[in-house]
Amino acid sequence: MSKESSGISSRWVLLWVSCGLIFFFLLMPILIIVPMSFSPKRIIEFPPEGFSLKWYASYFANPQWIGSTLRSFRVAFGVSILSTILGVLSAFGLIRGRFAGKGFLMAFILSPLIVPVIIKAVSVYYFFNKLHLVGTEWGLILAHTASAIPYNVIIISSTLINFDEGLERASMNLGANRLRTFFHITLPLIRPGLISAGLFAFISSFDELIIAIFISGVKAVTLPKMMWDGIRFEINPTLTAISSILILLSTVLLLSSEYLRKGFTKKGGLELPR
Amino acid sequence: MDVFSSRLRSSEWRKLALLAPSILFITIFFVLPLIRFFLLSFFSPHLTLTHYVRFFKTPVYLMVLLTTFKISLLVTFVCLILGYPIAYLLGEVSPGKRNILLIFVLLPYWTSILIRTYAWITLLGSQGIINHTLIRLGILSQPIPLMFNDTGVVIGMVHVLLPMMVLPLYSVIVKIDRNLIKASYTLGASPSQTFRNVFFPLSLPGVWSGCLLVFIISLGFFITPALLGGRKSMMLSMLIQQEVEYIMDWGFGATISFVLLGATLLALFVYNHFIGLGKLMPGR
Repeated sequence: MSKESSGISSRWVLLWVSCGLIFFFLLMPILIIVPMSFSPKRIIEFPPEGFSLKWYASYFANPQWIGSTLRSFRVAFGVSILSTILGVLSAFGLIRGRFAGKGFLMAFILSPLIVPVIIKAVSVYYFFNKLHLVGTEWGLILAHTASAIPYNVIIISSTLINFDEGLERASMNLGANRLRTFFHITLPLIRPGLISAGLFAFISSFDELIIAIFISGVKAVTLPKMMWDGIRFEINPTLTAISSILILLSTVLLLSSEYLRKGFTKKGGLELPR
Repeated sequence: MDVFSSRLRSSEWRKLALLAPSILFITIFFVLPLIRFFLLSFFSPHLTLTHYVRFFKTPVYLMVLLTTFKISLLVTFVCLILGYPIAYLLGEVSPGKRNILLIFVLLPYWTSILIRTYAWITLLGSQGIINHTLIRLGILSQPIPLMFNDTGVVIGMVHVLLPMMVLPLYSVIVKIDRNLIKASYTLGASPSQTFRNVFFPLSLPGVWSGCLLVFIISLGFFITPALLGGRKSMMLSMLIQQEVEYIMDWGFGATISFVLLGATLLALFVYNHFIGLGKLMPGR
C-alpha cells in the first residue's frame, strides 16, 4: 500500500513539475516584456540594468502613436456596438424560432468563422478598393464587424438558451407590452451575455491586425498596424512599453469580465469563448 | 385552429426577420467579396485555369503547400503533448486552484498575438535574450539560429495556439466520471493501465476537437510565421500577402487563397465527419 501511494505522489510531482514548466512557457513572453519596458537602454537585454520610464514617455509624447491608439478605440467601440446589436437580434431569431431552414441560416451566419482571416482580409480589400473604403475607419468597422458577428451570436445564444420564457409571458400577462417586457425583463436577464459579447468584440477588433494591414491604408492606421510596421522595419523599445500597457489592459478586461459574469450568473468557471 | 396556426406562422416570420440584418450584413461584407475574389482566380482576363495549373506545376509553390501542412501538423502535435498535462491537472485540482491556473492559460490567450510574437522575437533573435544568455554563460560560442526558420515558427505558433488546445480538452476531461477511474483501481489496474485503458479513451473527443481546431487555425496562420519564419518556412498565408501586396497579381493571389480555403474545408470535413460541427453551437 505504501509503495503504491508513493508511486501516486511521485506521479503528482512529475505532473506538477511538467505543468509548471509549461505554464512558465505560456507566461514567459509577458514576464519578459514588462521588465524590458523599464530598461533605460535601446538594446535588448535581460534582465535590464537600471530603471527608466523613457519608452512610456516616448509613446505618450508621439502624436502618431496616440492617434492610432485613439483610432483603434473608436473602431473597436463601433464594432462592439454594431456586432452586439446584430448578434442579439440573430440569437433571438435562432434560439426562439422554429422555422424551416434554420440550420442553413445558422450555418450562413457562422460561416465567417471557418474562413482564414487572411482570405477575408484580401477579399474585402479588393472589394473596398472599389468602394473607396480602404483607409477609412468605417471600412475597418464594417470588415471587423463581419468577423465579430458569429462569435457574438454564439456568446449571446448560450445566455438565451437557459432563459426561462415563462418570465416574459408572466410579464405580459400582468399587462406589460412587448417593449416594456423586453426592457424590464429580458434585457436585464441577458445582460451578462451582452457584456461579454461586447467586450469580446471590442478586444478582438482592438487587437486585430491582418484585416487592418490591408484596410488601414495610409490614412487609417490602427495601433496594431503601426506596431506591425515598427516590428518589421526597426528595433524600437517603445513597443515594449505599448505592449506592457496593452497586457495590463487585457488583464483588467479579463478579470473584470470574469467578475461581471460571476456577479450576474453566479455560475463561476472561467471559460470564455474566443 | 386555422387562426392559431396562421398566428403562429406570423410570429415565426417575425423571428425570421430578426435574422435579416445579420444575413444582409454578412452577405455584403463577407460572402459577396469572397465570391468576387474567387472569380478572379478563374477570370483574368478571361475564363482560364492557368493560375491553378501554375500553382500545382511549380515546385516552389508546392513546397509552400507542403510546408504549411508540415508546420500545422507539428504545431498540433506539440500543442497536444503540452496541452494534455495542463488539461489533466486542471481536471484534478480543487476549484480554487483551478481558477488561478485557468488565469495562467487565459492571460496569454487574451494578450494580442502580435505582442506575444514580438516577445518571441526579443527572446529568439540572434542578439536575443536566449542566445545572449547562453553565450554569456559560456554554453555557446556562436548564436544558434532560433528564428527565421521552422523552429521559430513552431515555438511561436505553439505558444499562441496552446490555450485553444487546453480549453476544449479541459471541457471534456472535467466531465469524465471519476467513479470509472476508482472502479478501474478497485479491479486491480495500475495507474498507467487505468490511464491508458480508461481515462485516455474517455478524453478522446476533447483530443480530437482540440487537435482539429488547432490544425485548422494553423493552416491559415499569418502573423507569427510572417515575423518568425524565413524564406524556407513560408506558409500559404504569407504567399497570399506577397502576391497581393507586392506583386499585385490578384488572379494568382486569389488562386492561392482558394487552395488554402480548400485545405481548410477538407480539414473541417474531417472534423464534421468524426466530431460534428454542431458542437460549435451551444445546446444542440
